[in-house]
Amino acid sequence: MGKIYITDTTLRDGSHSVSHRFSPDDIKSITSGLDKAGVDIIELGHGDGLTGSTINYGFSDYSDYELIEAAASVVKNAKLAVLLIPGIGTVEDLEKAKKAGATAVRVATHCTEADISMQHIRAAKEIGLWTVGFLMMAHLTDTERLVEEALKMESYGADVVYVTDSAGAMLPVDVTEKITALKKALKIPIGHHSHNNLGLAIANSLVAIEAGATYIDGSLSGLGAGAGNTSTETLVAVMNKMKYEHGVDLYKTMDVSSDSLIPILNSKGLSPQTNLDAMLIGYSGVYSSFMLHARRAADRFNVDVRDVLMELGRRKAVGGQEDWIIEVAQQISKKN
Amino acid sequence: MGKIKVGIIGPGNIGLDLLYKLGRSEYLTPELIVNIRHSEGIEYAEKMGIRTSTEGVAAILKEDDIDIVFDCTSATAHAFHAPLLKEAGKFTLDLTPAAVGPYCVPAVNMNDSMLELENVNLVTCAGQATVPIVAAINEVADVSYAEIVSSISSKSAGPGTRQNIDEFTVTTARALRDVGGADDSKVIIVLNPAEPPIFMRNTIYTKVKNPNINAIKKAVEDMVDKIKVYVPGYQILLEPIIQDDIVTTMIQVEGLGDYLPVYSGNLDIINAAAVNIAEAYVKKKLGGE
Repeated sequence: MGKIYITDTTLRDGSHSVSHRFSPDDIKSITSGLDKAGVDIIELGHGDGLTGSTINYGFSDYSDYELIEAAASVVKNAKLAVLLIPGIGTVEDLEKAKKAGATAVRVATHCTEADISMQHIRAAKEIGLWTVGFLMMAHLTDTERLVEEALKMESYGADVVYVTDSAGAMLPVDVTEKITALKKALKIPIGHHSHNNLGLAIANSLVAIEAGATYIDGSLSGLGAGAGNTSTETLVAVMNKMKYEHGVDLYKTMDVSSDSLIPILNSKGLSPQTNLDAMLIGYSGVYSSFMLHARRAADRFNVDVRDVLMELGRRKAVGGQEDWIIEVAQQISKKN
Repeated sequence: MGKIKVGIIGPGNIGLDLLYKLGRSEYLTPELIVNIRHSEGIEYAEKMGIRTSTEGVAAILKEDDIDIVFDCTSATAHAFHAPLLKEAGKFTLDLTPAAVGPYCVPAVNMNDSMLELENVNLVTCAGQATVPIVAAINEVADVSYAEIVSSISSKSAGPGTRQNIDEFTVTTARALRDVGGADDSKVIIVLNPAEPPIFMRNTIYTKVKNPNINAIKKAVEDMVDKIKVYVPGYQILLEPIIQDDIVTTMIQVEGLGDYLPVYSGNLDIINAAAVNIAEAYVKKKLGGE
């Protein structure tokens, strides 16, 4: 299995969750954090892609290009991607996005309509953008047809083709079947984008990887349309446990979520239900009821609760040993 | 006098559907349909008993008694055909997004001086369906921004539309301004592959300066009556409703079921408009003689 590349779409799919009100400053803060965390591709802009700011989808307070410029001003390593849905955005819009600093594009069509992406994928490649073909609502067609459509996108010059579960309706068995078939038929890498509407986002991302997908989407805190996407932080934690090769730092993704995204969401009147401490309980393999005790101990000794939980995991503490928590926290505070 | 002879370039969905509509016309008769190679469309036309050629526009230019030409190819091809057809003195209806001539939406801007031109453009199917509503609302309420969402069934969108979807959206958006009268505009096209296929459906959002909903409703009703004269399956799905200064109207177009089944209202409306213009051209000519 090769390296897994992570696309974070907090600032694009997550744009739906904030009714397309991310400001250039919000974009800078989150892009900068994701870039430092080692995320490979950062997607941003209106949830419905370039020129999606409409009566039909909701107006954005800022133009697509202002937002791209903001992201481009802070990004150092990651590719900056925009979404382009043929029928909404045009090649001309894409050229403007490239001028503003976009280095990648995801050209998205309904899963049976890949041929409407021909002019956009070709144009994207001509102007030097790294280009993904994004087959949306992939649950609505059968595997054979999906392969045909993916082959079209490959023939137009796409660098990667995605099986996009826009409705969060696919079961792990569906993801396995579709990714396996695409992997077999295509020469280019395959990606998967999930939604957590059935609580299957992480499970589906994992079976996608097992079936051969090497590009996986996540978003901080799982922010995204409907129940949201695969949480990038959780995905990284699980990929670490699975010993998959990837380039993203777990703590740093958690930090950008806690320190940048959550305050931004709170400022817009949203309070997402995220519990990264609980995620770390699973990651470190610590008894679940330790969570509240560990938080209190971390506060008391002014240490990072994550370090406390990780150390308890290393020590293989078992249920009932809540007394170890204070000792571990105190030890860490001494080292600091 | 007999019927006026018509030539068609491009035996795709649009061209073949036109054969039926022209076949019913009191004034026009489809004389010749051409392509640049042998194709299923050519075979289809032959089976209908229509004369065909695979020599493209050249075959039509040779026929002096063809007075009117419908070009159903692509914008690029039409840019090549247009000067040749003009030279040959043939009244040309351009059903591609090339827009060599001015946009013509019969219910809104067809007039005698337009019928004296050598080339008029039919915008797009979405344009024919939505521009009249925008124009009607603009007349009474002054539209500052028009946005339309046009959903068509996948089966009724041919390869020409699919490979040039940008031209389709850009041309339609321009017509919403130039003919519809909106100050600014945006067009969204959605293809839906559902089976059985969906009917062509258009949502028209307009941001208005003078939000008098009763005047708007009346203007839209009157316009729908004008369109129904040449597109019988044109109907209101949601009569204008208003929230703040945004008016929402939805219309559906049921086709006549000529070449493609009734869900292809998009083919019907652009072809019905083209035939309507061609007939007006003939009537004007006859009247003048």
